[in-house]
Amino acid sequence: MRSPILSIKNVYKTYSVGDQKINALNGVSLEIFQGDFVAIVGKSGSGKSTLMHIIGLLDTPTSGDVVINGTNVSKMDESSLAKIRNKEIGFVFQSFNLLSRATALENVMLPLQYSDIPKEEWEDKSLKMLSMVDLQERVSNKSNELSGGQKQRVAIARALVTDPTIVLADEPTGNLDSRTGKEIVKKFIELNESGRTIVLVTHDNDLAKIAKKVFVLSDGEIVKQNHDF
Amino acid sequence: MIFDLVKTSFRSLLSNKTRTFLTMLGIIIGVFAVISLISIGQGIQNYVTGQFGKLGSDLIFVTPGKLNLRGDPGANFLANKLDEKHYKLIENYASDYVKEVTPLMEIGKTISYKNKTYYTEVQATNEKGVTTYRIELDKGRYFSRSEVNSGSKVVMMGSTSATELFPNQNPIGKNIKIDDKTFTVIGVAMEKGSQLDRRVYIPYTTAKHLFNIKNFSALVMISQSSENVESAMKRVELALRRDLDEDEFTVISQKDLLSSFQSILGTITIGIGAIAAISLLVGGIGIMNIMLVTVTERTQEIGLRKAVGATPNNIATQFLVEATSLSVLGGLIGMGMGILLAFIVKTYFNFAAEVPLWSILLAFGFSFLVGVVFGTYPAIKAANKDPIEALRYE
Repeated sequence: MRSPILSIKNVYKTYSVGDQKINALNGVSLEIFQGDFVAIVGKSGSGKSTLMHIIGLLDTPTSGDVVINGTNVSKMDESSLAKIRNKEIGFVFQSFNLLSRATALENVMLPLQYSDIPKEEWEDKSLKMLSMVDLQERVSNKSNELSGGQKQRVAIARALVTDPTIVLADEPTGNLDSRTGKEIVKKFIELNESGRTIVLVTHDNDLAKIAKKVFVLSDGEIVKQNHDF
Repeated sequence: MIFDLVKTSFRSLLSNKTRTFLTMLGIIIGVFAVISLISIGQGIQNYVTGQFGKLGSDLIFVTPGKLNLRGDPGANFLANKLDEKHYKLIENYASDYVKEVTPLMEIGKTISYKNKTYYTEVQATNEKGVTTYRIELDKGRYFSRSEVNSGSKVVMMGSTSATELFPNQNPIGKNIKIDDKTFTVIGVAMEKGSQLDRRVYIPYTTAKHLFNIKNFSALVMISQSSENVESAMKRVELALRRDLDEDEFTVISQKDLLSSFQSILGTITIGIGAIAAISLLVGGIGIMNIMLVTVTERTQEIGLRKAVGATPNNIATQFLVEATSLSVLGGLIGMGMGILLAFIVKTYFNFAAEVPLWSILLAFGFSFLVGVVFGTYPAIKAANKDPIEALRYE
């Protein structure tokens, strides 16, 4: 049997707000395999953002285990987590999160600054990623000179440049018009077809339909797990 | 790695030039003040040490009043009682210990020859002045004892004043004017390479008579033994106490003068240091303030960098390098301005201002330190930001 690249086992996440304790995740378990296209959907307050932060290794669970590529990261400190995050996760955000002063190329190179990849390879790798998202003509443009769709494509190139295990996209079409949104969706499908593992976090059920596997979250629990959503 | 960080820092500093410049201003002013004041102080020290050094270290001076080098200099001349009598007292009672006792009157006068004039210091002394001041003769001779006794109108010129009045001729035998009185040039001194070259020397008896001066500015003498200057000074003091009260004169050696001067200069240096420390402190606070603003403004960038793999250390280093680049750049600008000022003073005011290497290293070191010290808190604040909160920050 295939072993998962990411497995989340019985994860709880509790926040304290004043005297109150809020259980954002209540025993969530899921597995993600190489080549999966997973969507995590849920309404606002369902715990989907918390789950995304745990999958993205930005946060650790209050209890339960998170294992990525055989490494249990649930009790790791921030520095160790940052190193694993750099290697294993590529982020695509709703609001692109590019450095406005930097060029498209420099934005794509950013994760490489924190990796073990030798400096000589940074530019080549980044240029390759920019061509893959059809932005070879825009490498020297500052990010504030790019359109919304182009910005998101730069962000996708940045997410892929370290060759991560999982590409984690948080509402990637949320700030785009529907036509540009469709282009980005197409890009994700292409990426998945070429073997990339993609986790899509969204509140949009229509967008979730492009995924092969869907987890529906409500009140911090997975209420529906559907292969043919 | 550090080179990339410095490059990134400069780009972010250049993205807001006005703010960067204003933030650096404290450091610029601080370092500029230090470099320029040190260079001028060094110039003064070189000048004074040079002047005194050329006179010889076994000289003893008797000055009127209680000389207090740190007090009001005018107070020293209020009760000048030094005259002929005291010169004789030293000759009679201290001659085992001192030699070449020379009375001295210093008067600023204009000297002229035909249409050339020159303002200089006239030194009225006796025939021993040539030995006391270690004057070597270039041409002619110094005045003799009989010329002193008779109050002759003769003058011996320093090399600079001689060249000023007689650019292309031999001054010996020529008549020059001091104010409106005519004097005959009998000698020219060899160049010493200091302010002493500007002086002209006349017999003190002549000065007393012609310029109506009663008291001596000082009595200058040489200790019989250069190892025993202290006991010579004691003996001179005893001799003078026969006529004067303790607070009516001061016996001081060349060494004392020099060390008093150096202690004054030391006090000034401490003052400069304090000014510099305050302005660097203020500059540092400015840097910290702006760095805290920058950290807040760039919260989302911090979140993003953390998301793509930056550790808290990476973030702290980035902001620390930025703060340090800011202060070092300010330091370099201040240093450049200070060196430029020293150069201008040297070139246009003919004053040997000098920027010692240690002052450059000190200024550089301090501006570096200010960046590190005042950049640390903002850097820690940046490093401790929660990536999730930071990514959400608008």
